[in-house]
Amino acid sequence: MNVVALLAADPLLDGELRWTPLLIVVLKVLVIFVLGLVGTMFMVWFERKVVAGMQNRIGPNKAGPFGILQTLADGTKLFFKEIMNPARSDPWVFRLAPFLAFVPAFLVWSVIPLGGDFTEGRDGTVTWFGQVTRVQLADPPVGILLVLAMSSIAVYGIMLAGWASGSKYPLLGSVRASAQMISYEAALGLSLAAVLLSAGTLSTAGIVAGQNSLSNWNLVATGFVPFFVFLVAVTAELNRPPFDLVEAEQELVGGFHTEYSGIPFALFYLAEFMNTITMSAIVVTLFLGGPQPITIGETTLSIGFIPGALEGTLWFVLKLLAFLYAFVWFRATLPRLRYDQLMDLGWKFMIPISLGWFLLLAAIRTGDANQWNPVVVVVSSLVLLGLGYLLFVAALRVSARNREREGAMF
Amino acid sequence: MTVTVAAVLAADGINIAKNVGFGIIAFGMVFAALCVVSTRNIVHAALWLVVVLGGVAAQYILAGAEFVAVSQVLVYIGAVMVLFLFGIMLTRAKIGSDEGMFNDGWALGIPVAALLFGLLGWVIIDYAGDDVIANQTPTPTVMLSDAYLGPFLIPFLALTFVLLAAAIGAIVIARKD
Repeated sequence: MNVVALLAADPLLDGELRWTPLLIVVLKVLVIFVLGLVGTMFMVWFERKVVAGMQNRIGPNKAGPFGILQTLADGTKLFFKEIMNPARSDPWVFRLAPFLAFVPAFLVWSVIPLGGDFTEGRDGTVTWFGQVTRVQLADPPVGILLVLAMSSIAVYGIMLAGWASGSKYPLLGSVRASAQMISYEAALGLSLAAVLLSAGTLSTAGIVAGQNSLSNWNLVATGFVPFFVFLVAVTAELNRPPFDLVEAEQELVGGFHTEYSGIPFALFYLAEFMNTITMSAIVVTLFLGGPQPITIGETTLSIGFIPGALEGTLWFVLKLLAFLYAFVWFRATLPRLRYDQLMDLGWKFMIPISLGWFLLLAAIRTGDANQWNPVVVVVSSLVLLGLGYLLFVAALRVSARNREREGAMF
Repeated sequence: MTVTVAAVLAADGINIAKNVGFGIIAFGMVFAALCVVSTRNIVHAALWLVVVLGGVAAQYILAGAEFVAVSQVLVYIGAVMVLFLFGIMLTRAKIGSDEGMFNDGWALGIPVAALLFGLLGWVIIDYAGDDVIANQTPTPTVMLSDAYLGPFLIPFLALTFVLLAAAIGAIVIARKD
């Protein structure tokens, strides 16, 4: 019972283990698996098509209507390619790495709320085959931490792929990748902490349930800054442009997956695009109310003719598409950062600003709870943060001067 | 026969599934731990250590301590071991077996391990004896945070100084002068 109880903030799994709930869980797994793969295929096509549009090209247009089956064709081709093991590679780790990248990407799907009935103030549960459940695979109390854990396991896939290939470019690419992912995980976690402070729960369903109107969306409730920090950190975490030094073609051939071919390569490729989708979904869940409809004051923007349970999914997909488009847009328009710019942005800008903002939010909340004068709280916090910032700048100056004295070039 | 044994155990309030699960995971962990010290490739040793730490996380989940389990994955697998591997890759990213992987004093490890095993075994037997440990239900994260930000705040803060000391130590080592 214990492991089951663990997954059961979902009302579906309360009580004894019976056939119907079990089959519903199996069905959910199947649907998420299929939708995950089909969604990833769509994302690959979407990215190629939109980038092509932005660059005044046509993009894929041969396979299927609008070239939508192009990914399927590419995938089929990769299935028939020979899987190469470079002579100087480490055979076991070389084979293991693609799975370490792919499996965590899939597992993140399990905690994302994909829909639900939020019409007329309902709490997002739906009734399937006489069972009350949520439209998400699992709702563990640790919820969002699972996403962080998965993204930290995904680092292994990239790191080991680079090392096990036994050649220079992949190793350089993977060292870059892991340094980048470790650096930005801190900013990611700190801006996430701001959301958790306002939501008061780790469970993804709980975070969504709290955002029942536009002013309660964490985007507004945490004051926009964590959202932008999170978005930038996620882009870096995904190794997507403008943070794609990991696979900078001009410098590193293909980066960590240079030596891969056939299906192992396809797994890396799929994992990359699947991570884009899941991370966009996480942004939507954390900051934009997930499957909640847009409610301003008393009025809800409702899509009338669609049954309530489907409406949540529709809102979720709409919000998700906005972010997927934004990621493609970043890729098509922003030039790649230099390595020192990347590290400076992560360590000297994003981490201090998200930490400072988190402390400010905490101070405001404490002030609210004790009914202190909000103006005094905010002003004194800002003065304190300002002092901290000056100290920080002074430290940077001193270290820069020391390095100059030692005659370093940068 | 097996059915009756299971029935007797279940009547005593022993969770059979949990014990079997513990056994399987523990076996895997012991095997992986032996591989950590016996493999001749340093990256493989680090990866086997990841397996051991993952096993610990699995045991935590089995015990109903899911927050601790996820923290284990985040901190040990996600941060500590990644830094290990990172360090290895930056210094000696060799594929294949290394020479001189074994310390000359490796035999000293055996009595230390035996001593530690005896100590831990004694602590556990002293704590529980023949009692059946009650089935743990998962602890809500809220209760955990209330505990360590409330009555246990001072020990919690004291622990952070350990990290601070480590950070200062790292800076001192990394300084060029």
